[in-house]
Amino acid sequence: MVRIRTTVDGVVREDDVEPRLLLVHYLRDRLGKVGTPVGCDTSNCGACTVLLDGMSVKSCSVLAAQADGCAVMTIEGLSGGSGDGEWHPVQRAFHEQHALQCGFCTPGMIMASVDLLGNNPDPTEQEVRDGLEGNLCRCTGYQNIVRAVQSAAAEMRGERARPEAEAEADAEAEPQGVTA
Amino acid sequence: MTETMQPAEAAERNVGARRLRKEDPRLVTGQTLWTDNIQLPGMLHVAVLRSPHAHARITGIDVSPARQRDGVIAAFSGADLADQWGSLPTAWTVSEDLVTPDHLPLATDEVRYVGDGVAVVVAEERYQAADALEAIEIDYEPLPVVLDMPAALADGAPLVHADKGTNRCFTYSLTSGDYEAAKARADVVIKRSYINQRLIPNAMEPRAVVAAAQPATGEVTVWSATQVPHFVRVFLALVAGIPEQKIRVIAPDVGGGFGSKLDVYAEEIILPVLARKLGRPVKWNETRSENYQATIHGRDLIQDVEIAATRDGKALGLAVDLTADMGAYLQLLTPSIPLLGRYMYPGIYKFEAHTFNCTGVFTNKTPTDAYRGAGRPEATFVIERIMDELAAELDMDPIELRRRNWIQHAALPYTTVAGLRSGSGNYEAATERALQLLGYDELRAEQRERRERNDTVQIGIGTSTYTEMCGLAPSRWLGEVGYVAGGWEAAAVRMLPTGRVEVVTGTSPHGQGHVTTFAQIAADALGVPFEDIDVIHGDTATAPAGLDTYGSRSLAVGGIAVLRAAEKVVDKARLLAGHLMEADPADIEFAGGSFRVRGTPGAEKSIQELAFAAFTAHNLPVGFEPLLAGDSVVDPDTFSFPHGTHLCAVEVDTETGQTKIRTYVAVDDVGKVVNPLIVEGQVHGGVAQGIAQALFEEAVYDAAGNLVTGSMVDYLVPAPPDLPTLVTDRTETPATTNPLGVKGVGEAGTIASTPAVVNAVVDALRPFGVTDVRMPCTPERVWRAIRAGGSGGDRAPGGTVAYGGPQTSTTAGGAQ
Repeated sequence: MVRIRTTVDGVVREDDVEPRLLLVHYLRDRLGKVGTPVGCDTSNCGACTVLLDGMSVKSCSVLAAQADGCAVMTIEGLSGGSGDGEWHPVQRAFHEQHALQCGFCTPGMIMASVDLLGNNPDPTEQEVRDGLEGNLCRCTGYQNIVRAVQSAAAEMRGERARPEAEAEADAEAEPQGVTA
Repeated sequence: MTETMQPAEAAERNVGARRLRKEDPRLVTGQTLWTDNIQLPGMLHVAVLRSPHAHARITGIDVSPARQRDGVIAAFSGADLADQWGSLPTAWTVSEDLVTPDHLPLATDEVRYVGDGVAVVVAEERYQAADALEAIEIDYEPLPVVLDMPAALADGAPLVHADKGTNRCFTYSLTSGDYEAAKARADVVIKRSYINQRLIPNAMEPRAVVAAAQPATGEVTVWSATQVPHFVRVFLALVAGIPEQKIRVIAPDVGGGFGSKLDVYAEEIILPVLARKLGRPVKWNETRSENYQATIHGRDLIQDVEIAATRDGKALGLAVDLTADMGAYLQLLTPSIPLLGRYMYPGIYKFEAHTFNCTGVFTNKTPTDAYRGAGRPEATFVIERIMDELAAELDMDPIELRRRNWIQHAALPYTTVAGLRSGSGNYEAATERALQLLGYDELRAEQRERRERNDTVQIGIGTSTYTEMCGLAPSRWLGEVGYVAGGWEAAAVRMLPTGRVEVVTGTSPHGQGHVTTFAQIAADALGVPFEDIDVIHGDTATAPAGLDTYGSRSLAVGGIAVLRAAEKVVDKARLLAGHLMEADPADIEFAGGSFRVRGTPGAEKSIQELAFAAFTAHNLPVGFEPLLAGDSVVDPDTFSFPHGTHLCAVEVDTETGQTKIRTYVAVDDVGKVVNPLIVEGQVHGGVAQGIAQALFEEAVYDAAGNLVTGSMVDYLVPAPPDLPTLVTDRTETPATTNPLGVKGVGEAGTIASTPAVVNAVVDALRPFGVTDVRMPCTPERVWRAIRAGGSGGDRAPGGTVAYGGPQTSTTAGGAQ
């Protein structure tokens, strides 16, 4: 067993863990932080992405022991720890741009996007796509995820207020209204 | 349209609005209830030992060493549990000659694919269960393996199920008109053989099952990552002999399905049996690699097609011959999947004659079953690919060829040569819009220019003018074709004392946004705010009647049930309003959530007031039952028929074989749209999956039957940089078969897109004499096709996905 001390979503934790225990299983099975899901076993899908000292990592490819002394932020901590706090602009943008369907990849997508925007506050579409290359989504085709990340970026840069009803002004063409 | 669908005055229309989803707040904050999140007191973890052999006899098995491992509570072989259950169900008897092998949840004497379950370990912790699998001692005697469909059908082939005496699962034929006569009159006959490759569905949430039993009462509760909790309940009762009323099945948050969770799996039987046997809750959660072996695959067909036409482009006849891989066993719908496309092969075109033959084949591979579109993408692929081949043969623009053959909108509904009475639509309008959005003429000009100067980057344009049949319903039809269940859907609408509303649906969403969509429908029908409505689903205790979610049926069947139930609530409220306002109910007008007496200003009751009055029941009309609620079961007369035109422009680097999608235009006609935001999302995701089949994905087995693409490392699920930004638009021809005018959208994008992309790749390569590129059109295959012609060959030379035989032949002149 290894003794580890971490701060998870703002709360200090101290535990004895098996050396082989994955961080994601420590979060889920020991701490009950089940907001972070597991989508694969080869670190391809990114569903389990969390922030480790502010950097996005796939928590299935980090040992709990490696997180000793680190601060871990999960999707549950992103909006103030309680989940009913003020949402992060990326969370809001995912909702407003319909960037999720089943929602299973969403925690990882959001955490990876937060890290991406920390490094690049004004990414192009291609930069968003490249920056999220390690996160897979099977529902959305990524189109609205890209829009959401760019929308959150604009808000975080202070270029516009919270886009409450941006969806209404969406660029999609109106239906032609053809009738038989 | 009914009166309730047109609330007058100030009432806000919800149907048609881009409502943000009610589902999202939990999902974006991690407050989710995936099955694997469930923790119950005393819960144990289950791991399944799976066969490493594609075909072998089990000559000895001893699970007792596993029981000695740390934390292990129990271990069972298939034989230990064989008296607990019968065969897993197959719900569709597609033909009289259907061969249905035994399929126990755990194999007892023979394994038939890599991944076939043979034993289980139950332990205190997840890792302990996984570790203890290695302690199980099991001896296998390898048996001959058969993986290739033509080889499986050959005389003397090794048999997947020796007791059945054949690898042929079923044969099915459909004939309309005189194909040979049509062919005899044709100037041009083109024959092709297409491979619709095996795919792995890859719902992002792997499957998981939790079961908890109460031995004192015999009750068992099962949580499962399933699309079909109602199916799981009834089949668990039948397979394990548990009284149905004792079973509660819950589909909590479910992370995608795409057909792969439209099934009744071994673990959905094993877990409740273990929970009852051990008296403790149990959980099983598959790893992704396990998912690749033990959750169904999709597609996997050899598609031989022949089209006969006149020189001026009149299509006369279409002959289709399918060989479909079932895998080693039949899952819930396995044999029906290739046949779900049986009416779709002629597409939107007017043929005089058509033949359709399909042979199902057993092989030593993971079973196939429904994957997004289920039979209809396969059909659309064939007809749209062969139309492009015909256009090339005739040296005609592929759009012009389609115009000469498609059914004009004024002629709809139209009974196609396959005998299908199609619905409303307008193929011309959707195509016209798509051509505009793509800039078709400019791209053709650029294509000519690049060809003339032998540019190393060639462009190609692919067309897919698809239609589909979806909204899986008519119970009568389902009965006629041998399906064990019906196709109706149930809903209930309940006004609560505070004026809030509960909608109950028998559909079971897993990402489609039913809570939002159905709340929009109920909000308009009842005239109550969207925010005041919640939707209950996915639990056989709270939504007891239902047939769940697949086949783009939830809105076109389940949504209509919600509307009908809400209308019943309004009808009932009208009676109460008349009673309380002392007016004849016939004189009561309903709009915007208020009942008014016609011609009597000021006399008004809101539906919320009436809900409270019906709850207190202090003053009700004679014979009026308390509470304001209504329910409905809807069974449509026919399917629904979305259609559209997808155009894809690709750039192919002829030096590297790399294909890049330059522009993708999707113009879909899914009828009336309840929530455009959700519909666009469905199109985006559907097209992405179709592109993935065209360019990236393929399940590959080696000669021993091992899944070579055994994890996400080897199977290419497209990532964000791999996919383009789509241009989407809609034409809107309301369905005439339901009061909302809706058609369904879940599968349309996937059905349409695959041939559009492959047609584009082949179009780019026609100057090189290429007439096909086998999917997925990888850089290697494209490069080989450019250099050697043909279809680019197989991805795994020497492997077993190689389907032999001649690829193409053309019997009329003009071939390059």
